[in-house]
Amino acid sequence: MKFHGYSCDGFYDEMFEPDGGARPGATLLKQKIESLADGELLERQQAAERALLQGGITFNVYGDGAATERIFPFDVIPRIIEAKEWERLENGLKQRVYALNLFLDDIYHQQKILKDKIIPAEIVRSARSFREQCVGLNPPRGIWCHITGTDLVRDRDGQVYVLEDNLRCPSGVSYVLENRRVMKRTFPQVFEASRVRPVDEYPSRLLDMLQSLADPALDSPSVAVLTPGIYNSAYFEHSFLAQQMGVELVEGRDLIVADGRVLMRTTKGFERVDVLYRRIDDDFLDPQVFRPDSLLGVPGLIEAYKNGRVALANAPGTGIADDKCIYAYVPKMIRYYLGEDPVIPNVPTYICAEEGDFGYVITHLEQLVVKAVNESGGYGMLVGPHSTSAERADFVERIHKHPRNYIAQPTLGLSRVPVIVDGSFSGRHVDLRPYILCGKDIYVLPGGLTRVALKRGSLVVNSSQGGGSKDTWVLTD
Amino acid sequence: MLSRVANSIYWMSRYIERAENVARFVDVNLQMMLDLPSGLTEQWEPLVIITGDDKPFAERYRGATRENVIQFLTFDTKNPNSILSSLRAARENARTVREAVSPEMWEQINTCYLMVNAAAARGYDLEDTDRFFSEIKKASLLFDGLADATMLHDEGWHFYRMGRFIERADKTSRLLDVKYFILLPAASDVGTALDDIQWAAVLRSASAFEMYRQRHGHIEPDRILDFLLLDLEFPRSINYCLTHAGLSLHAVSGAPAGTFSNSAEQHLGRLQAELAYTPVEQIIAEGLHEFLDGLQTKLNMIDHGIFESFFALRPLDGRRGLAHREGQ
Repeated sequence: MKFHGYSCDGFYDEMFEPDGGARPGATLLKQKIESLADGELLERQQAAERALLQGGITFNVYGDGAATERIFPFDVIPRIIEAKEWERLENGLKQRVYALNLFLDDIYHQQKILKDKIIPAEIVRSARSFREQCVGLNPPRGIWCHITGTDLVRDRDGQVYVLEDNLRCPSGVSYVLENRRVMKRTFPQVFEASRVRPVDEYPSRLLDMLQSLADPALDSPSVAVLTPGIYNSAYFEHSFLAQQMGVELVEGRDLIVADGRVLMRTTKGFERVDVLYRRIDDDFLDPQVFRPDSLLGVPGLIEAYKNGRVALANAPGTGIADDKCIYAYVPKMIRYYLGEDPVIPNVPTYICAEEGDFGYVITHLEQLVVKAVNESGGYGMLVGPHSTSAERADFVERIHKHPRNYIAQPTLGLSRVPVIVDGSFSGRHVDLRPYILCGKDIYVLPGGLTRVALKRGSLVVNSSQGGGSKDTWVLTD
Repeated sequence: MLSRVANSIYWMSRYIERAENVARFVDVNLQMMLDLPSGLTEQWEPLVIITGDDKPFAERYRGATRENVIQFLTFDTKNPNSILSSLRAARENARTVREAVSPEMWEQINTCYLMVNAAAARGYDLEDTDRFFSEIKKASLLFDGLADATMLHDEGWHFYRMGRFIERADKTSRLLDVKYFILLPAASDVGTALDDIQWAAVLRSASAFEMYRQRHGHIEPDRILDFLLLDLEFPRSINYCLTHAGLSLHAVSGAPAGTFSNSAEQHLGRLQAELAYTPVEQIIAEGLHEFLDGLQTKLNMIDHGIFESFFALRPLDGRRGLAHREGQ
């Protein structure tokens, strides 16, 4: 298959220059793809899909009564990031995660940043994700957010922005590792001489980081992944990470708190757990502290945590930094705590709770993307240019009612990549979610999850909304 | 090992063995029916009787025809013991312990399930039964080989073995019951060529025909029973299954052989002793079917003992209830 006739349509293309030539890092890839025999590329694409299906890397789609299993759509053309650009992104992500951790520690202790009026106190006070229960908590090493998945996007002019920070339980890293494994297995030719940085050290890095959170007096701390169970949509990832790290995957019902310690039930009695990589939201962690009706959590867990008998990653309470209003203040945080300029800028953001912004948003809905501050997964969103007047009227009403619940951003012309559609190449919009681990030091997995909006023209990349993914190649120099 | 994980491994293993054995049941009956003298009608009802699911079958099907019985035992998702249901349950259990089994095992069980599921969607093809059922048998054996060759031989593997052997013992006993329920045209036909053919089919279904020949030569019902019930070296005989389930049970508990530290070991030890000290002639004299019935009940007691000793969550503070027990 040839790229002949492929058009960038005025968007920034991750693989091609505006004049149609391959970008320097993508030249070799383009040559290799074009040198394949007729039909070979499609065969590789099918082989990759088969491998994902046989590996059971699927999610359930309900409808017409019976559940059917689908793979998370995968496209074999990799997305390439050149070494120099990655170096800058990596620095920017480290800077951001460092500042966000300082913010979290501050906001649950002295709240200096509010007293110095860098962030309006009202914004924090009114945030649903601010956890009173976490005030005064001292997580191990003073780190709150150990695993972050930050969403990056690129606009028409090539500028990369941070779109949002995910500091609660970011998911998707298992797809990064599985996509790479499937690519190597089904399409080994393209790797030769491509100088792609490996991703397989992530599980060891994650395990090291988790172990570093345990009481230093312990010789071999016991780590477990805490999952809500098999019906959670990210269950595959929970089990995958536990398997790759060689640790237990536990559910709330496997755990018990006795004599202040967290124990798991085994065939030989109770065994201690020192670190929990929890993939359960704060609300459900401990019915004694958060939602009393939670059946997923472990009664007494937070008490044990406060007493330093168990470490949790991420710490409870990190959701406050995920709030889309707080997001707007991250560049200010970076300046406030670090005295540095942000390496990666935010998307300009209008906060509907602020008077000046409110008026602008209401009158410019057609050009803006409006987001509910407490939603994720592409829900509660209005994409102005693609909206109907009825949808806009509905949002005007909602914003009037609860201005604090909404922010707005200009509609970006997200960058695109070629994907295989019906036997030829076609451009689709993408984002990038790198994964950042924060323990003794900060580590950024080279690359991350490239999500693709598979519907023509769509800007929503979430898997729940018809998104797919690609292998992401960070090149070495 | 987490109790929940051990429980899931045990049931994953039982369900795979179950699927394999249902394939063997259908296979033995197909073989026997091929050899029926003309003028006799095919008998498919015994198959439903021995699986113990005759009531739900009668409620939903009109008549024990070949098509109905094969549909019920193979693809019927409302029958919890059908091949498709068993594989689905095995896969769901494997999914919950994916971190505890090897990726090769997971991929194998997943592929096998997808194969049967696709066949169910296509509908049952009478012409292709032989290939289809041997595919299922092979898939189960490949899974067993992968478990042996890729899984840590630690506690999880021992629970895998317990599940496998207890299920197999139960199903070998039911396979023998197929022959009991298949009536010969007349009592005088016992020991005739037709009787021999039927016994040979039973042996073949347990992949035991050639091994039996090596051991005993001629087809003789009491020798066949001896072989499938009591032989200590044939891996599908009930005595062999119990011995190896016992080895794994003791490996987990640490109790020396010949002693018991929990009710599973106690029941299993007693049953082993019974088999070791009962000659096959006595079993036949006292009634084979009754013996097999009693054996199945005792296997259930062992299963219950394993559940109580290793899987049942024993709350310290009374806030939590017992774990939901997965039924057969």
